[in-house]
This record gives sequence, structure tokens and C-alpha cells, in this order.
Amino acid sequence: MTKQQANWSPYDNNGGTCVAIAGADYCVIAADTRMSTGYSILTRDYSKIIQLADKSVMASSGFQADVRALQKVLAARHLIYQHQHNKQMSCPAMAQLLSNTLYFKRFFPYYAFNVLGGLDSEGKGCVFTYDAVGSYERVGYSAQGSGATLITPFLDNQLKSPSPLLLPAKDAVTPLSEIEAIDLVKTCFASATERDIYTGDKVEMLVLNASGIRREFMELRKD
Amino acid sequence: MSRFEESAPAKGGFSFDLCKRNEMLVQKGLKPSSYLKTGTTIVGLVFQDGVILGADTRATEGPIVADKNCEKIHYMAPNIYCCGAGTAADTEAVTDMVSSQLKLHRFHTGRESRVVTALTLLKSHLFSYQGHVSAALVLGGVDVTGPHLHTIYPHGSTDTLPFATMGSGSLAAMAIFESKYREGLTRDEGVKLVAEAISSGIFNDLGSGSNVDVCVITKGKREYLRNYMLPNPRTYVSQKGYSFSKKTEVLMTKITPLRELVEVIEGGDAMEE
Repeated sequence: MTKQQANWSPYDNNGGTCVAIAGADYCVIAADTRMSTGYSILTRDYSKIIQLADKSVMASSGFQADVRALQKVLAARHLIYQHQHNKQMSCPAMAQLLSNTLYFKRFFPYYAFNVLGGLDSEGKGCVFTYDAVGSYERVGYSAQGSGATLITPFLDNQLKSPSPLLLPAKDAVTPLSEIEAIDLVKTCFASATERDIYTGDKVEMLVLNASGIRREFMELRKD
Repeated sequence: MSRFEESAPAKGGFSFDLCKRNEMLVQKGLKPSSYLKTGTTIVGLVFQDGVILGADTRATEGPIVADKNCEKIHYMAPNIYCCGAGTAADTEAVTDMVSSQLKLHRFHTGRESRVVTALTLLKSHLFSYQGHVSAALVLGGVDVTGPHLHTIYPHGSTDTLPFATMGSGSLAAMAIFESKYREGLTRDEGVKLVAEAISSGIFNDLGSGSNVDVCVITKGKREYLRNYMLPNPRTYVSQKGYSFSKKTEVLMTKITPLRELVEVIEGGDAMEE
């Protein structure tokens, strides 16, 4: 009798793409709003972005049930932090917390591909990129999800990011202005939508800067 | 994706696989035929004067769109067209092949081709390849015996229907047909219904997308309406545009001269002829 293979998987992939770009004094975090399963669309209007602290925003693609659970855990932990320290968590602190939370489930992972964006303690934009089990790195920009392979080469070309070996990640923020960065993000999503079937419908963009948070939507192809 | 180790049915029960033959084939290096998702929506319907075929224009390679505007309605004869879903190479090859066979048959008989001729040629070819030629077709045309519409499955079975859909978007398109189809549609009503069914596939099925192609075949005339509808324009074009001026970064330049290796043979024989 051959070994019985599992015919049920606890995971599903709901698709979608997330992008974040760090600027000198701002951070743009964007994600599409399509949630799908297999070849079907579940909804065209689902937010993959959550604001965890006043200067930290997380976007996650992957299995949205796990993403929701992860968001709840992080929100609860942030509340505890606020009670214990009487202040909001900084973005680098939140980055470490997310990494630890993901690794805690190393042997039954959250099927979530995250980008964390925000402003660090100096007010400079910061972006942290993760894998499913918590390995993370501070970068100048990042893309995750089904359209990441289409977007990342374009961002590499446009943002002229030097190799991490030559320049430390902290200084790898783009010299682009906020308007230019938003234009770049819109172009990225419009292009990824053309070629990736799981990306489309709308893109939700959050911009964090010294004056607060701003949310913008843009329509994408719905096919 | 079928694998030989998983040949025991999921809910238990008996496996009717030819397990010894399958093992022998695997040892010889044969990969089992995987069931490719036919990322397409193709439809056909019969209206009062003939047949209307419709198709989307997206070709996918897994989750990536390989072609945003491909042609899925293939020419078979002046009065017969065929929509194809499945492996693009298979649908192209099989429709081209049968189209050539029909042409030779027309020379041989001196008559207009009949849809049932194309049907028999296609189904016997597909059956003889036992489903390995992954082509799911909607064949439609008008000949001396009247308008005909057929579906052909990769394993070689066929159906004759008043309206039909195939591909991954077939359920979305069939939902439209089942609600709105009736006998004796006019040309404009028929084209509108076909476009609506394909649009349903385009917007609700991720394997289908881009534009709508329509082909109207009536007695003595066919109209191939390529890109009849373009409901998916690009949503954002940057005003300032982007340039790709960055050349490849040169990280290091190093020149390694190759040592010349010359063998000198003293007084050897000249090369024999």
C-alpha cells in the first residue's frame, strides 16, 4: 500500500500584489484590492493594508485568512506595548515584532507575504520586506505577491538602488519626490495588471508623511 | 495534476489504473499527461440565419498573460470556423491540419465543405491521440444542409447543440446563455448575446480577458469581427513617461590573457588523405 498523500491543504492563495517605496520624508504603501481563489474572483474590493501604529503600515498578500489572524495578533501586541510603555511603537520596533511573530509559527507558517512601511524615529521613510517565516531586511523599496516578479525588475531599474554591499540600507531611500513616487506606483500596478491574472480591479495607496496619512484609490483593469 | 502515486481515489475505493503498465512507462521516462487548465472563454450559438462564434483574446502561461490579443477563432473553410481552447499549439495545429484536409477534399469533390466532415476529421484525430492533444473546440458553420454547431472535447467526444461554451470561462458564459438564449434570434440580438457571454467570461474568469472576437457565418457570407469589443483599455499611462537610460553597471574590469598552447611534432607523418 503506497503512502497516502494529503488530499486537503490548510492553505489557499488569494493572490494580489503589494508594493512599498521609501522616500526621504515619506513612505508609499500600495496593494491591489482583488481577492481571488483558483480562477475565480471572490471580491474586487478587499483591503490588504492595515495601519498597525501611527507610523507603521503593513500590506500583505497570500492567504488572507492567515493575514487577518496575523493582523489581529500584531494589533493586540501593539496595544499591550502602548499600555506598558505609554507610547506608540516605532516602525523598526514593529518590524522586529512582525519578524518574531512570523518565526513563532515556523513549523506551521502564516502564508502571508508582507511589506511593512512607515517613518523611522528620524522621520525618514523606511520599508521592511519579509518572507513567510520572518526573515526581514530594511530596504528602499519592495514588492511582494503574485505581481512581484513583474514589478521588482522595473523598480530596480528606475530607483537605481545600489547593491546593499555598497551602501547601507538606511541610506537607500529614493530621491524621488512624493508625487513622482506615486506616479511610479500607479505605473507599476497598471503594468502588472496587464500581465498578471491575479492583480487588478483597484489599487489602494497609503502615503505616510510628517503631516499624517493619506489614502488614494485608482481603478485598474477588471478582466 | 495526476501522479501515479496518487492513483488511489481520494475517497477510497478501487483504482482502475493499469498500474503495471503505468509503472513501466514511468520507468521509461514518460511523464503522465497533466490536465492543463484551458484559460479561455469560447462560445457559439445558432441564430435564425446561421451561426455566431465568439472568443476572448487572452493567452495565459500559468498566472502570466503571454498574449493580450491572440486569435482564437480559426479558419477551417470559407463557410466553417472553429474556436479553440486548451493548449494553443494543439488548437492551431489541429485546425490548420483539418483546414488543409478540407481544402483537398473540396478539390476532390468539387463541393462546398460540410461541417460534419470537419467534425469527423477532428474527432477521429483527437480520439486517436487519446486526449494527449489538448484541444477543446467549438466548431460552427453553414453548409447545404443548414447551420450547425458542435463542441469537441480533447478525448474525441462531440455534442451537437443550439448554444455552447468551452474553456475555463465556460460556466460564466453559459450562465448568460441559459438565461437569455431563445430560438430564432436575429443577427444583432445574437451578436449582442455572444458579446455579453464572452464579457461575462472576461470579467469573472481570471483565465480569460482582454477583448471580444466575434464571427458571424450565414449562407454564402461570413463576417470575421476581430476585436468587436475592447472593454479593457489600459487604466493609467504616466504623463511624464519613463526612460531606461541606466546602462549595465561595470563592477570590475579584468583582462586575462590566454596562454597559447602549441604542440610541435618533430618529423611526424603528414596527414594522410
